[in-house]
Amino acid sequence: MKRSGALLLFPLAVLLSGCDFVVLAPAGDVAVQQRDLLVVSTLLMLLIIVPVMALTVLFAWRYRQSSTTATYTPDWDHSTKLELVIWAAPLLIIICLGALTWLGTHLLDPYRRIDRIEPGQPVTQNHKLLRVEVVALDWKWLFIYPDYGIASVNELAAPVNQPIDFRITSSTVMNSFYIPALAGQIYAMPAMETKLHAVINRPGTYAGFSANYSGAGFSGMRFAFHGVSDLAFADWVAQAKSAPATLNRETYLELERPSENEPVRHYASVDPELYGAVLNLCVEPGKMCMNEMMSIDAKGGLGLAGVRNTLPLQYDKLARRGAVFGSDPSYVASICTAEEAAAASRAARNDDDRDWPLRDLSPLRGVGLLAPGAGSRRADAGTPSFGLLRFEL
Amino acid sequence: MPETLTKFIFGRLTLESLPLHEPIVVVTFIVVVLGGFAVLGAITYFKLWGYLWREWFTSVDHKKIGIMYMVLGLVMLLRGFSDAIMMRLQQAIAFNGSDGYLNAHHYDQIFTAHGVIMIFFVAMPFVTGLMNFVVPLQIGARDVSFPFLNNFSFWMTVGGAILVMASLFVGEFARTGWLAYPPLSGINYSPDVGVDYYIWALQVAGVGTTLSGINLICTIIKMRAPGMTMMRMPIFTWTSLCTNVLIVASFPVLTAVLTLLALDRYVGTNFFTNDFGGNPMMYVNLIWIWGHPEVYILILPLFGVFSEVTSTFSGKRLFGYTSMVYATVVITILSYLVWLHHFFTMGSGASVNSFFGITTMIISIPTGAKMFNWLFTMYRGRIRFELPMMWTVAFMLTFVVGGMTGVLLAVPPADFVLHNSLFLIAHFHNVIIGGVLFGLFAGIAYWWPKAFGFRLDPFWGKVSFWCWVLGFWFAFMPLYILGLMGVTRRMRVFDDPSLQIWFVIAAFGAALIACGIAAFLVQIFVSIRKRAELADVTGDPWDGRTLEWSTSSPPPAYNFAFTPVIRDNDAWFDMKRAGYRRPLTGFKPIHMPKNTGTGVILAIFSVALGFGLIWYMWWLAALSFVCLIATAIGHTFNYHRDFNIPAAEVAQTEEARTALLAAEGAKA
Repeated sequence: MKRSGALLLFPLAVLLSGCDFVVLAPAGDVAVQQRDLLVVSTLLMLLIIVPVMALTVLFAWRYRQSSTTATYTPDWDHSTKLELVIWAAPLLIIICLGALTWLGTHLLDPYRRIDRIEPGQPVTQNHKLLRVEVVALDWKWLFIYPDYGIASVNELAAPVNQPIDFRITSSTVMNSFYIPALAGQIYAMPAMETKLHAVINRPGTYAGFSANYSGAGFSGMRFAFHGVSDLAFADWVAQAKSAPATLNRETYLELERPSENEPVRHYASVDPELYGAVLNLCVEPGKMCMNEMMSIDAKGGLGLAGVRNTLPLQYDKLARRGAVFGSDPSYVASICTAEEAAAASRAARNDDDRDWPLRDLSPLRGVGLLAPGAGSRRADAGTPSFGLLRFEL
Repeated sequence: MPETLTKFIFGRLTLESLPLHEPIVVVTFIVVVLGGFAVLGAITYFKLWGYLWREWFTSVDHKKIGIMYMVLGLVMLLRGFSDAIMMRLQQAIAFNGSDGYLNAHHYDQIFTAHGVIMIFFVAMPFVTGLMNFVVPLQIGARDVSFPFLNNFSFWMTVGGAILVMASLFVGEFARTGWLAYPPLSGINYSPDVGVDYYIWALQVAGVGTTLSGINLICTIIKMRAPGMTMMRMPIFTWTSLCTNVLIVASFPVLTAVLTLLALDRYVGTNFFTNDFGGNPMMYVNLIWIWGHPEVYILILPLFGVFSEVTSTFSGKRLFGYTSMVYATVVITILSYLVWLHHFFTMGSGASVNSFFGITTMIISIPTGAKMFNWLFTMYRGRIRFELPMMWTVAFMLTFVVGGMTGVLLAVPPADFVLHNSLFLIAHFHNVIIGGVLFGLFAGIAYWWPKAFGFRLDPFWGKVSFWCWVLGFWFAFMPLYILGLMGVTRRMRVFDDPSLQIWFVIAAFGAALIACGIAAFLVQIFVSIRKRAELADVTGDPWDGRTLEWSTSSPPPAYNFAFTPVIRDNDAWFDMKRAGYRRPLTGFKPIHMPKNTGTGVILAIFSVALGFGLIWYMWWLAALSFVCLIATAIGHTFNYHRDFNIPAAEVAQTEEARTALLAAEGAKA
């Protein structure tokens, strides 16, 4: 019996050994930490799941009707001790898991700058940050390297052991930017910007894709992510620089139109204001940028006059029809010039570059746990305090 | 002129709207039409129309409505499962440059329809049907609080199902995923009728669900038999109460969010668009504020079923009744505090994510307590492994795995790597099949003899059981594995050939499940053929513990000739132990509600209204809306809504049962 069981498992083992469990064996430090948390949580839960499954089988067998030796107590329905155990056991596990979750979620917050390249190798002032602006298009990915002035479609490259700062948005619908080997995913959403900080530790070519269904061409929305040496990255940049195409507002509007299974292509230069315009839905000339609109609204808006500040839509990427009872397709006309709008979005973007590199994170790791009666430590810390844990982000 | 006229009459419905270019749909259509004609022909041939109309369609009897809900759920299960097996087949073959056999236009509709149908038109009708049938019997009531409303609710649910089914052959269904996130579901990116079918089908069915929730809450609060305090209610009634509270509190949110989406699509408002100040995140939040309680709406009643089954077949009182009740209530409340865990990856801050992650984990504490309560109900019991108990043990072994992966997904950093992956798909099928579906099969096998007076055939039941259980593990374990390989959901084609083997195994699992469904249908058919052999005269085939087993099988229209008086949790068990004897004399006339066809008519107008709105046939929408309102008002003038069953008739029914019981006793 035992041997036949092992024989049954054999093909399964062969199957499993042939697989690339990228989530369980990633190549980037962030994904590695996420994997660790996943494994620890699973083990923690198995502490209770395995006994429950074993007891189920045991009780089902032991107390079967045909058993003549088992005790039968038809009226026994309460035991305070047992009740305490069955509520306390899951509670204890959840307390541990909850603490892990709180720490892990803050430490692995994709918006937070990473503070280590690898275990034991903290990020220092000497580490240069690679900035990448990601735009999910129908149905391809656009990567803009603002520091190099280049861009690529459906291909991403980054030097190993260099922190990467992704800014992510989408041109039309929701997608999710996911490179399992590098780090967890984050949504790409139109008119919104999400951030992801990560680092790739092992050179190689990894799969990246959209993890949120976005329409007909969704399955083909895949790209290669190359983790390369500094030298190879310089080559890659040089290769992009020698590409014939350039990316400006006109070529972007061309690129933005829906297309499927796009081949890799590079752009030798990129309009530096383009990403801000994409994010603020104002690539089309004359359209009011979202940040402009928001800042007008924040100052009280234009009142009734604002309602008339619309112009009929001449161009649209998806031949928008408008609602059957709605007004004709239109857009809000810009009030400031494209340059002014771009300057505003630049200012907004640079706003959060101050906190680099990060300050001490030990509070988040539990060092900041206040001992009872140690209220004064909190007072002189002068940082926001959330219950037991004090953290600075 | 004729062109404007056709446009006026047919809106945007044209010949091109019929999916004649999709051979798969055409073949399906032909099969459905032939099958439909066969069924309608048979009904006509056997002159069943009058019987069906009088005894079933217009019935306000909660038992019959419950059974009709179950039939609806079963029919829609076949549709939803067809979608499932088509997806499995597509994903199993779309490798190595092959495009599979489904184009994106068709495939994307299939996975959307699969989700919508399985949740709204399979799980919900099954659960509602079970509650409808069992709850009044368990609390010693003669019907629900609002019998006509019950009939109307059922037909509105059918109306929604009809609209979804119509989308298969007239036009198309949404290509957005089952929750239809904007901007993809907005008019700009989904200009066709698909999302409109989605909206109006759910709106029509949602009316039914909400009203049925109100109805059952009132029934449970107001119509319990004397002596049945809240803490003496059977546990299934408790879980039903919590479920209906969830329904009433969450379905209006769904109605509201779909109304906002409809406004965006029809009148050009900008609630969920990106420009003009709208924000799709509002939709995502609102739909999950409904969506998360929804999964507890589905599972809670089945927790109740497992409690009843475990207690009955272990021949023991339920262990920890009080903690079971509190666990249910805690789950009910907590289910409102976790919705954000469906979108940790949409850029919320770490503190927000941890809050929702931890509240989600906290739900596993009462759920774990329930699991232990079932375990200790089995402990020192005398377990009879009849079909319902087999499903329960399979549930306990399967569901804990789904629970574990669920808690895992509640850890935000883990969710970042598993969100939208096939791991997630495996997780929620693990809890919905392993929990809801196994529970439904347990419940159906358990209460079938109560509903029809004969048991289900155990052999075919076991075939179905093993096909389902093994099929589930074969179909979804590969998906867990694929999820860990970073494979995402809703993919139509793949470029990594090493993944294919897992999809083939999953497809094999789906085929096993198909056998399970077939065996279930065979089981019903065989049981009806062998009904004399499987008959149960006593009304209490399992040595039951709750009130529904005290009356005959099937119960008379009035359920109980005399309203029982309750002294203990396991009311019927207590009565049996105290040597209860059926009263044989002194019957009184019984006041009952009268059947009415208004529910059917209202639902027909609602479907017409939905169809008119979907296709921009404004005359139809306006006309059916006016008719709808007029019929509803007209119905309020119907004063002939009740009648009395004469005492003599009650006496006759009860005497017939006395004779049957005596004959059975003489045989034994």
